[in-house]
Amino acid sequence: MARRSRRERRERPIQGAPTAQDFKGDVNPDWCAGCGDFGVLNALQSAYAKLGRGNHDHLTVSGIGCSSNLPGYVKTYGMHTLHGRALAVATGAKFANHELNVVVTGGDGDGYGIGGNHFIHTMRKNIDLLYIVMNNETYGLTIGQASPTTIVGEETKSTPFGNLETPLNPVAMAIVAGATYVARAYSSDGTKLAELMYNGMQHKGFAFIDVISPCVTWKGGARVIFDYWKERIQYLEDHDTSDRAAALEQAVKTGHETQLGLFYHDTSRQSLNDMEPVLENGPIAHQPMGITQEQGDAIIQRMM
Amino acid sequence: MAKYDFVIAVGGAPGQGIDTVGKSMSQICARHGLHVYTYSAYQSLIRGGHTFLTVRISSEPVANHGDKIDMIIAMDRNSIETHLQNVAPGGALIYNSDDVKAAPERDDIQLCPISYKELSNNTDRLKRMLNICMFGVALKMVGGDLQVLEDIISLTFGRKGQEVVDANVGVARAGYNHAAEHFTPFEMQFEKQEPKLAFVEGNAAMAMGGAAAGVKFYAAYPMSPSTGVLHWMAPNARDLGIIVRQCEDEISVINMVIGAAHAGCRAMCATSGGGFALMSEAIGSAGMMEIPIVVINVQRGGPSTGLPTKTEQGDLWQLLGASQGDFPKIIVSPTSIMDGFDTIPELFNLVDKFQCPGMVLSDLTLSMGFTTFDPDTINWQPEIDRGEFISGPVELDGEYLRYAITDSGISPRAIPGTPGHMHVVATDDHDEDGGLISDEFTNPHKRRDIMEKRQRKMEGIAELLPPPTFEGPEDAEVTLIGWGSTHGVISEAAQQLTEAGISTNHIHFKWLYPMDEDAINEVLAKSAYSIIVECNYTGQFARFLRSETGFKADSHIRKYDGEPFMPHHVADGARELLKSKTDLYVPYQEIVV
Repeated sequence: MARRSRRERRERPIQGAPTAQDFKGDVNPDWCAGCGDFGVLNALQSAYAKLGRGNHDHLTVSGIGCSSNLPGYVKTYGMHTLHGRALAVATGAKFANHELNVVVTGGDGDGYGIGGNHFIHTMRKNIDLLYIVMNNETYGLTIGQASPTTIVGEETKSTPFGNLETPLNPVAMAIVAGATYVARAYSSDGTKLAELMYNGMQHKGFAFIDVISPCVTWKGGARVIFDYWKERIQYLEDHDTSDRAAALEQAVKTGHETQLGLFYHDTSRQSLNDMEPVLENGPIAHQPMGITQEQGDAIIQRMM
Repeated sequence: MAKYDFVIAVGGAPGQGIDTVGKSMSQICARHGLHVYTYSAYQSLIRGGHTFLTVRISSEPVANHGDKIDMIIAMDRNSIETHLQNVAPGGALIYNSDDVKAAPERDDIQLCPISYKELSNNTDRLKRMLNICMFGVALKMVGGDLQVLEDIISLTFGRKGQEVVDANVGVARAGYNHAAEHFTPFEMQFEKQEPKLAFVEGNAAMAMGGAAAGVKFYAAYPMSPSTGVLHWMAPNARDLGIIVRQCEDEISVINMVIGAAHAGCRAMCATSGGGFALMSEAIGSAGMMEIPIVVINVQRGGPSTGLPTKTEQGDLWQLLGASQGDFPKIIVSPTSIMDGFDTIPELFNLVDKFQCPGMVLSDLTLSMGFTTFDPDTINWQPEIDRGEFISGPVELDGEYLRYAITDSGISPRAIPGTPGHMHVVATDDHDEDGGLISDEFTNPHKRRDIMEKRQRKMEGIAELLPPPTFEGPEDAEVTLIGWGSTHGVISEAAQQLTEAGISTNHIHFKWLYPMDEDAINEVLAKSAYSIIVECNYTGQFARFLRSETGFKADSHIRKYDGEPFMPHHVADGARELLKSKTDLYVPYQEIVV
């Protein structure tokens, strides 16, 4: 992993409106050349810049996997947590300081496999986070086993006779589980991806983007996998994003093509953070600690 | 006045309002200024089964449920049959004669039958208020103030309306008057004393300690016997400005706590052994990322799902070994219910200073026991010391290194949102600036430096942890050694032995890890014939103490039947061990629920 010198890594005060360059991290990615995750990283840096806030106002949280190395590659506060636990950690951080823009990044094994339970419940609770999953349909870091999104029949290191399991449909799952902003994107279309991310950050509630982020190492090489996706992706057209049933219908559509774009956007449901009266006075991380003598006396009164 | 020490037990089926009687009895005593310790032996059922609640009442502070039972309120036939033998000679048994064909047989106790049908004028066929009626009987027997009971009834049932209050007061009076006419009251009667006391459950005391320590985020997944912490936090959350979340599992609980703690809150959670096992990996991550958190583990009988409603001190090695690899951590085991209150702020100051996970090892006995306390002795505003903590805009001299290598091993911690201090905290091992060293095919020198930096914190922690307490005569014949919740019961056993002519002292451990070998050996050097008393099969603490200090006890008293020690279990054990050539005594549990 190539790291830049200390001098280069010094704090660079942002002059004027921030640019994507201002969100470039201290270390260069150790991803394979051509990995789809580069596109996701660039789009995220652009989306952070477009939001116009300082580097310290963002918290990027990940789990474990190739894509989960991302927090080191952006200049924000970051947490590189345990495998599958990023959403839980991010939920705690968001409750502690809801003024932070909290973005969770990770892969399909991390989020849909080992972290599946947290994925469902974070959506159900509608926590105000943006969750970006770099879905490459494989366990890349452990050198190429089947993941929850690997297609039926695919031969991998753990499925040498072809995968028998039906892949998970994360977009449909998100719509059903209660996410209020649900999209699918393609890592090579950076402009669309950055726009979906930016809107997801602005959304008050749980925003989820399943990003097709091809693996160039375990999927037959760059040419094979990018060709595979190139002819399959198709953006949603004439779709009412406020219609949950229509969104689900699009999400469960089977066929040669894979639909991209914003499937569902519900602006009517409050996030759990917004519903919490304790947060009305500002972030709890900045509130006075402990309790007053009067509060203590009132507690004692109830115990006598 | 002579020392008052009286034990009332209530037996019946869950759903018969036994907890109401226990709570009200404790409350009445507290209002009389009498001290109470309550222990409930119950089963993992919502209805059906059997519950046996013991309330020990004393003119002096009490810290265990005692050795004998003076009066039993038997709410059903099962309780009469099971517990008739448990009433101490000279005691009394209150029972509902409607339940039995023939009177129970014992001529050394007073039998106090009531016909609930008659006393309630047959208006309560479902026997919903039988508990209150029998409570009225019991209160007369010990000379309690009926007016206090009526006040408590109004307080307890007020929400249900005046009609319910009046009906309950009616049966309570009927019971009280019936006892006045038909039964002989106990010679020793309640005498009011000052100050009036408050009473609290062990779990609630720890939750209150958390609130006082400045906990702002509390997460939980329900699990007996730790749920009481959640049940205190949830209703108090909004008043006190605490976020309380119930999560999908314990893995989520601990990771949320880590996230909240990293973002600057004091954050806490509680669970029992099985839930703690799920949290293990994340405890190591808090050690690695150097995030201060507090985790309470309320032990119940293990292994596995084990005994959900029974006590044990069986999780010590689970906590010692929680998570892979070496990392700084603190383990503390409160020695009484009110010590649970004080322990939480003490532990938070330590984990904030040393930026590591702190674990509280409670157990069902301590967490679900009730005790009275003098409200004036409670410190709602303990010292809050957050250590080297950066949260506001500060001038930065050069580059900020989250894991700066220092002599103490402590690196100043900036929380997200602080301008100019951006960094990544990682569960992979990392350099001073947070950059991963794992991906450089492990840089051995950086790894060594950062490992030593983290572990240096352990030296600082060990220096600050108080050594075990030493109570009793220096030149005793026997030394009882215990840890955590058994302080009260061992203390009383030592007193019993000393009074019986076997001079006994008592060494007790609250801070379990890290251990300062020299400081601890200094205390252990004072021990005579040493007996380690603990509630598990393998002598977990004895083995741990030996591994840390080389100290090998002469013998052991161990209990692993699910019920807590009574003082005589320990005292009898010490006598037996002194006489026999064995080195292990396992007490027999007389009261079976």
